[in-house]
Amino acid sequence: MTASSTNFAARVESLIGPSRISTDAAARACYAVDEILPTVVAKPASAEEVAEIVRFAALEKLALIPCGNRTKLAIGMPPSRYDIALDMTALDQIPHYDPGDLTLSADAGAPLAKLNALLFEHEQFLPLLVPWYSLSTIGGTVASGIDSPLRQFYGTARDFLIGAEFVDGTGHLCKSGGRVVKNVTGYDLHKLLIGSLGSLAVITRLNFRTFPSPVASHGFVASFPMAEGALALRRAIASSSLTPLTLDIISPELAQIFGARTPATPETVVFAGENRAVNQPSLQPIGDWFDPREWQLCTAFAGTTEVRDRYARELTLLAEKSRAASTAILGDTTRPAVWGRLRESLSMLLEASPTTVILKISVLPSHHAALFTNLRHIADRAVLPSALVARAGGTIYFALLLTSANEDTTARFSQSISQIFDLVFAAGGHASLLFAPRALKERKDPRSEQLLAPASSRLPANSGAELTSGVAPMRRLKSAFDPQNILAPGRFV
Amino acid sequence: MNPGLVHELTKLLGEDSVLHKLEDLFLYEYDGSVEKGLPEIVVFPATAEHVSQIVKLAVKYHAPVVGRGAGTGLSGGALARTGGVMLVFARMNRILEIDPENQRAVVQPGVVNYELTCAAEPHGLYFAPDPSSWKSCTIGGNVAENAGGPHTLAYGVTTNHVSALELVLPDGELVRVGSKHGDSPGYDLAGLFVGSECTLALVTEITVKLSRKPEAVKTLLAIFDAVDDAAESVVDLTARGITPAACEMLDGWTLRTVEDYIHAGFPMDSAAVLLIEVEGLTEAVAAQAAAVAEVCNEHQAREVRLARDDAERDLFWKGRKNAFGALGRLAPSNYVLDGVIPRSKLPQTLRRIQEIGTQFGFQIGNIFHAGDGNLHPIVLYDPRDTAQFERAMQASAEIIRYCLEVGGALTGEHGVGMEKSELMPLVFSDADFNLMRRVHDAFNPDCSLNPGKIFPLNKGCGEIRVRKQPVEAASLP
Repeated sequence: MTASSTNFAARVESLIGPSRISTDAAARACYAVDEILPTVVAKPASAEEVAEIVRFAALEKLALIPCGNRTKLAIGMPPSRYDIALDMTALDQIPHYDPGDLTLSADAGAPLAKLNALLFEHEQFLPLLVPWYSLSTIGGTVASGIDSPLRQFYGTARDFLIGAEFVDGTGHLCKSGGRVVKNVTGYDLHKLLIGSLGSLAVITRLNFRTFPSPVASHGFVASFPMAEGALALRRAIASSSLTPLTLDIISPELAQIFGARTPATPETVVFAGENRAVNQPSLQPIGDWFDPREWQLCTAFAGTTEVRDRYARELTLLAEKSRAASTAILGDTTRPAVWGRLRESLSMLLEASPTTVILKISVLPSHHAALFTNLRHIADRAVLPSALVARAGGTIYFALLLTSANEDTTARFSQSISQIFDLVFAAGGHASLLFAPRALKERKDPRSEQLLAPASSRLPANSGAELTSGVAPMRRLKSAFDPQNILAPGRFV
Repeated sequence: MNPGLVHELTKLLGEDSVLHKLEDLFLYEYDGSVEKGLPEIVVFPATAEHVSQIVKLAVKYHAPVVGRGAGTGLSGGALARTGGVMLVFARMNRILEIDPENQRAVVQPGVVNYELTCAAEPHGLYFAPDPSSWKSCTIGGNVAENAGGPHTLAYGVTTNHVSALELVLPDGELVRVGSKHGDSPGYDLAGLFVGSECTLALVTEITVKLSRKPEAVKTLLAIFDAVDDAAESVVDLTARGITPAACEMLDGWTLRTVEDYIHAGFPMDSAAVLLIEVEGLTEAVAAQAAAVAEVCNEHQAREVRLARDDAERDLFWKGRKNAFGALGRLAPSNYVLDGVIPRSKLPQTLRRIQEIGTQFGFQIGNIFHAGDGNLHPIVLYDPRDTAQFERAMQASAEIIRYCLEVGGALTGEHGVGMEKSELMPLVFSDADFNLMRRVHDAFNPDCSLNPGKIFPLNKGCGEIRVRKQPVEAASLP
């Protein structure tokens, strides 16, 4: 370490005490972002300490990246500077829960599983069953912007985050929203924090509306030899009166991964479908429960016996009309294993090969059929194995999987990714590289000279055709929140 | 008013799209609130390009700008607090697209809320936010204020149903934020602009999500002999996780007034009624309606009536949605408050409101979104009686303070506007204001768009202007 970095480590130590900072290489390596290590790891114990550290960083123009349990830190561009890792896991309290009002406030570092364990006691839950569930903190989940299969019915965090407290880039503790389910007092600044990757403010506390956990939920899976059948069934469900909790289509390759693997992330107490929670160390294997040659439509529904019977009847009928090869109602034993895998789709895709690239693609559902075909063609042409999960609302996670990374594969990867971007933009959608090796994130599209990685792909590349450069207003906001550009610089805008 | 600006606006838009005579302007001095603000010029743009040009002209002549839909707002959001140019979106009222498969509609800001729902109906779809003024209020206004309505209990407010916006920034630049699919990468700009009360940008096009009409609806009217029992029923419904599509309360005094006028079939001698609607699959609705009735009966409901048919359902709702109009018969003016409380605090809050009414000498009616904890106490007063008006405002502030004391919010759906800007320091600290002001300045640095709203006057644009003076910048070392 240089003299100046030793100096600022000492200054951070004087703010929060020696037991809460670390400068040794092994500890810092745990906080690496795209292979870049921070100089100091600081673990504040209160929102006030967070504010003090940010004030100090603002004064010294030191770059800071907040994190929870670091399961999703790979999302985003490599940081342009990285001095302090701000580990928020010591802020893990749940200062407010009013079961009668269905509202809850949690500190940023509180584990999701801890929140839900408390909520389950009152037959409530937070519909954020996200990948790396048992390890995730609530702050990291919100800052990463990751979604879950339950968004089909409950929406995303933007639909039930009702307020937040956070430290802005000037080191002041601020808030927006409140603790009630309906509120239009002031700007909805908390919505901006969702998916902001820590680039606007350090989240210290989040307020949510909670939901009654669904009464006795069941699952239904229909298999198809071709994607078209699954898409036809999805359309039929979307235009019926049914309102399932989840509605995802998975490609045969993902079904194969589900059958062959068990997620590395340990299991924990998760809402498993019934009006209770189960506790198990890991997901049961499902073997060849899914036919690995087929597309699968997976959907969950809940309600009284009469309601569940209606779903089972109608889904089976609609599946037959869509010429499903087979249908199944998920039984009590298979359900947690299948739901757990669906929840962990992204983590399982990353674990399935040494080099996985996952694109998040958002396109209107009516374009999915053509897109699926074209995505397959692109992957086939580059001889890259691929897999996808598509949510009914339009979001697709498309993975390219490869056994080794070298210059040749990186070139093939980046060419395919450029083609995918073109394809998606042509369909009026957006694509971004959610997970990718650093080399790929920093590679530029040979034609547009645009970076391929998340930050740049967040800027629509076809700006010629569009009025907007959505990026200019985003940069203005970044400066408003963080005038010195010390919060996760370079990772976003 | 600057004749040069009038001349240039007339040249841009034509004679019939520019008002500047005092007698014409008076029509635009009011909205649905108790506030006033007289514009100096009213213009009717027909296109986004017009809006951009108007804004650029206003900048050139240093005139403030404000947008207005139907003027039904209840917090003074669409009033020209410091004069200037008012853009009325009445002529930008086309539904540009209904996309049934993707459940989206693209509309201009002047489209009336109810008309969108009518247009979507042949596809089995509707637009979920349904403010009481839905037959006249516009989607543009709904977006500006993040409007709610009875059915937002289950389906969310306007922001939950907007996926993209086309905007004109205060310098005239046209930008698009969000996306039709609703999951665009980057900061959630649409989420910021919805509910920003026209202080960051003018909205020129809106992409909304449409919802599928439920297969079955059951509307229940639960009648109570004590307000407390009605309130406890709401607490219990919430705590048991029964989420109706709507759960509205009318107290006895209000419903008698409404009944005289609308004949909705509300019992004249009851202390309160709950109007509860459950929606969904036929099988689910039957069970939910039974659960609702059970809870109400446990809390001594005198009777739980189920609407026999659509006609009776419409009548119940007519009683609810036209209630504010009915109250106009009792006094020259009424002040509809908008506060939110945790639903677990409903019984004690209703008792406190009655105490405050007694203390200040008003009969305060309550007709509100009980399921959300979104209160709308109504204070009747005579605006010509200055002392009475002052007392009405004091009583109202007292009620809002109590909402905040029990952990609630300053406004649930009407907005801050002019009405509550001075109460904002009850909620926000200097640090909060500083950040909100920097966000405001990022888009509206000269405070030319809708000045005097949201921020208290001493924390708003005045200070911004002083800070922004070039002289000060030049004097930096």
